[in-house]
Amino acid sequence: MNKVVKDVEQALEGIQDGMTLMVGGFGLCGIPENSIAHLVKMGVKNLTCISNNAGVDDFGLGLLLQAKQVKKMISSYVGENDEFERQMLSGELEVELIPQGSLAERCRAGGAGIPAFFTPAGYGTEVAEGKEVRVFNGKPHILEAALTADYAIVKAWKGDTEGNLVFKATARNFNPMMAMAGKITIAEVEELVPAGSLDPNFIHTPGIFVQRIFQGDSFEKRIEQRTVRSKN
Amino acid sequence: MALDKTGIAKRIAQELRDGWYVNLGIGIPTLVANYIPEGIDVEFQSENGILGMGPFPFEGEEDPDLINAGKQTITVRNGASFFDSATSFAMIRGQHVQLTVLGAMEVSQNGDIANWKIPGKMVKGMGGAMDLVASAENIIVAMMHSNKAGESKILKACTLPLTGVGCVKKVVTELAVLEIKDGKFHLIERAPGVSVEEIISKTEGDLVVPDVVPEMQL
Repeated sequence: MNKVVKDVEQALEGIQDGMTLMVGGFGLCGIPENSIAHLVKMGVKNLTCISNNAGVDDFGLGLLLQAKQVKKMISSYVGENDEFERQMLSGELEVELIPQGSLAERCRAGGAGIPAFFTPAGYGTEVAEGKEVRVFNGKPHILEAALTADYAIVKAWKGDTEGNLVFKATARNFNPMMAMAGKITIAEVEELVPAGSLDPNFIHTPGIFVQRIFQGDSFEKRIEQRTVRSKN
Repeated sequence: MALDKTGIAKRIAQELRDGWYVNLGIGIPTLVANYIPEGIDVEFQSENGILGMGPFPFEGEEDPDLINAGKQTITVRNGASFFDSATSFAMIRGQHVQLTVLGAMEVSQNGDIANWKIPGKMVKGMGGAMDLVASAENIIVAMMHSNKAGESKILKACTLPLTGVGCVKKVVTELAVLEIKDGKFHLIERAPGVSVEEIISKTEGDLVVPDVVPEMQL
């Protein structure tokens, strides 16, 4: 089944004000940067964004925040973004912070037909407020609900025309679970190849989870914390 | 003299055991990787999806697709693997990782930890910390004994929103190594040249002090 769309514009067609989007990536690593740039251009507003982080002020999801297109963020860590912190502390932006492992599993569950699950993470903290607690093997756990989204936007290294995806290094992160949890999943890839050129043994995300795929025009791949050691 | 960050990292590195998988948090914990004791083989897990983390890359060899959970550029060791975030936290929640080292703003004598939020001032989020502390069997906290205002962060009860309850077993600060058991801090070692009196005066929580408190051997 051919999932290829012509460009980012066609890929994001149908995204409207008030929708819930999952956006892959960890920090600025493995984010669908072409799609984010185009969402700014489209000007869609009141979005709920589910993404581990919120980018930095001038890159990644920070761009959507700057343009005030986000109504609510569901994330685990937002420390790198001053504008985010300002909007959150002033109450302009609704924020739900959830433990990173719970976020990953809630997306996975959403895509896997598991409506909710128990986890020990967050028990005894404000994350547990209003959530059912149950003891398993002598240890308290809290009930966390699955997450799904109108659109999931993920970024892969290589993808084929069938929507099969391969990620590179730690740019994989949340992308595979989010691909599963989107009603419509859009994959932005660095290299789009014909079906048959990727080894089926090494596919990370099978094409069944992807509805639209396109090759991004350019990737800046900005590094958030360039850390090096000297050669001597 | 009180330890610097490097000293804290060196002392924590002595807790590493051969064959362990270890998750290091952001800040001082990251430095622990630089002081692995001779003859010990450990593998570092970073929750963004890597096992077998290597040192920072040489200048010019940074790969934007290869970072740790602190978003720093890294390298891989032979035998490393990459995986998605759900698999990563399966390793953590499923107790396949033997040791977690992380920072804290406050720790209490019953093992509670607070490190993600100062209401009205700072909200960075918990990241993976809540999953890590809820599941790890062995958690060491690397932190400073007092805050910038000189107030103890080693408390009877935490004042900040909690990250986890009753989970911390050991704390290493610039002054001391403390163990938490039976609802109290126990002074295990002191930093070279630091007096027991100084540690007592800077510890708000209940502290059990044995007759002899050995100095750390760094």
